[in-house]
Amino acid sequence: MNNFVKEIKTTIKDLLSRKGRSFLTILGIIIGVAGVIIIISLGSGAQSLVLGQITKLGSNMVGVLPGKSNENGPPTAVFGVQVKTLTLTDVMAIKDKSKVPNATDVATFVSGNVTIIAGRESVDTSFTATDGSYVRVQNVEIDKGTFFSDEEGRSGANVIVLGYDVATGLFPNGNEIGQIVKIKIPNANSSRGEVSSSIPLRVIGVQKKMGTVAFQNQDDQVFIPFSVGQRQILGIDYVQFIRIKIDDAINVKPAMGDIERVLREQHRIKNPENDDFSVRDLADAIKILTSITDTLRIFLGLMAGISLIVGGIGIMNIMLVTVSERTREIGLRKAIGATRRNIRNQFLLESIVLTFTGGVLGILLGILISYLIAIGARFAGYDWVFVISPMAIILAATVSVATGIVFGLYPALKAAKLDPIVALRYE
Amino acid sequence: MLIELKDIIKNYDNGGVITKVLRGVSLSVDEGEFVAIMGPSGSGKSTLMHTIGFLDKQTSGTYLFDGEDTSSFNDDELARIRNDRIGFVFQSFNLLPRTSVLDNVILPLLYNSSKASQEARAKKALESVGLGERIHFMSNQISGGQKQRVAIARALVCDPKVIFADEPTGNLDSKSGATVMNILERLNKEGRTIILVTHDKGVALHANRIVTISDGEIVSDVLIPEEDRIHSKEIKEEE
Repeated sequence: MNNFVKEIKTTIKDLLSRKGRSFLTILGIIIGVAGVIIIISLGSGAQSLVLGQITKLGSNMVGVLPGKSNENGPPTAVFGVQVKTLTLTDVMAIKDKSKVPNATDVATFVSGNVTIIAGRESVDTSFTATDGSYVRVQNVEIDKGTFFSDEEGRSGANVIVLGYDVATGLFPNGNEIGQIVKIKIPNANSSRGEVSSSIPLRVIGVQKKMGTVAFQNQDDQVFIPFSVGQRQILGIDYVQFIRIKIDDAINVKPAMGDIERVLREQHRIKNPENDDFSVRDLADAIKILTSITDTLRIFLGLMAGISLIVGGIGIMNIMLVTVSERTREIGLRKAIGATRRNIRNQFLLESIVLTFTGGVLGILLGILISYLIAIGARFAGYDWVFVISPMAIILAATVSVATGIVFGLYPALKAAKLDPIVALRYE
Repeated sequence: MLIELKDIIKNYDNGGVITKVLRGVSLSVDEGEFVAIMGPSGSGKSTLMHTIGFLDKQTSGTYLFDGEDTSSFNDDELARIRNDRIGFVFQSFNLLPRTSVLDNVILPLLYNSSKASQEARAKKALESVGLGERIHFMSNQISGGQKQRVAIARALVCDPKVIFADEPTGNLDSKSGATVMNILERLNKEGRTIILVTHDKGVALHANRIVTISDGEIVSDVLIPEEDRIHSKEIKEEE
């Protein structure tokens, strides 16, 4: 044991005497291990961020999207394919208390991109056209004024609620409430060769600054009554998305069954196989999201793993160089009584000390970078949690030592096999 | 008899071309002898020493060391013999660089099972070659003569029966060479067997027996009368 401690000390002293080279040798390991730590930390951080945002919506929400989808995959509408199977008649049917008794609020959505003009200022942004129940199905906070009422939403009043960035873009001096803005209608009546027309809308509210949620800047958008967006801007007669609030989380599953039944009735579908809509609750969304982030994490983890292998090959290379540089020393050690095992262990110990040091430095670097990213994310307005799992650290340390053994073994065995007399004569 | 070689043959196989280096050497060395092996380069004298010193294995023939037949010894057993029964001194010192004098001398003890204090034994060995004061110097901070004395201390530290010296003065000036030879003579007087390989008659004459080898065969084996032997005095180096 005493000898073993001594050997480790000698090895460390030896490696320190060629600091620069030792550092370059383990650089690959440092980067690989840091990569593993960062990916695991970012993965958990991003996952808890997105999941936190979803659950903030409430676990008693059900979404209806047009088009059929697979059991766990995202509906086709997510990929921007326009499916026109949901209509306002469907919405009315869902709102029917006798058919879906647990639905307390139903919000209807269409969305798109528009240009908004106020005086000499203009802003390109995205709009969400919905109804007054939006405030009850979505977390929305109004800074100035109000959101439009159920009545304004239903009647298609010419009103608009601005996102924070849009408001400051259009009205640098404030005083937005009561002002009239114009929404340019893209390609309207273009067949007649006229200049695109526009709709005047009165600003009744400005949203609080919300930052970025789920990778979307929540401040760069506007809200308008549903029929204004659907008929006047997009000129369509279908619905892109319906969100329904259920009275209690326990009733979500039965309510989803009710909604599916209603829609099948509406669409005259007998066989659920032929559904042209998808009803999803947050549990589904979380499942899909988790499977996406897990896949991503495994993929990135593999990349980091590959960089560890590359780092290991780097170690092997340098160890081979070290063995051939120290051939005479190996010969001498054998001449004064070192066995093959002694020599093998000496070089194995050296590569393990190298990779373990690389592992420790990589873990520290990984934690530091993950921490900086967390600070940056929080600074950018995300509710980011800095997570370093002890499992990740144990994994990284184990893998780095294993790399040392695996990639150090070949050079060490090569050293052990050297014939003492050949080694002593080596120039 | 400490060393008994019978019909030792050593062939090197260089990709099918067989070089006969030792062609049936028989030699006996008694405990306490001081034997010089002489011969021109390429005569096989180094190979003979490496074979006697268990650095190399004979192609055929028997080798009894301290009464034991060593032909069937495996790598680990040979390593153990090299460690505690034999000490080597090389022409080019072969000290570990960037390592202190003391640690260089301790090195063989790291491969030894003895429990006695390594540092105390190494210090004692260094004192016996007159380097007790320099134990913390780095191996590259001392002169060639001192390096060879460290190498002798390293050979001595496990208290071996035989010391093999391969051209120990070959890289030294005459003064430090004389000091090294003086130490070897003293070790021989204390009862240790010394086997010295050299092509220098003046060095060989420190021994009490000269074995001359040529083309892989012993051509003469003579005892040197005391009046013909050369005795070196220790010459203090200028510090």
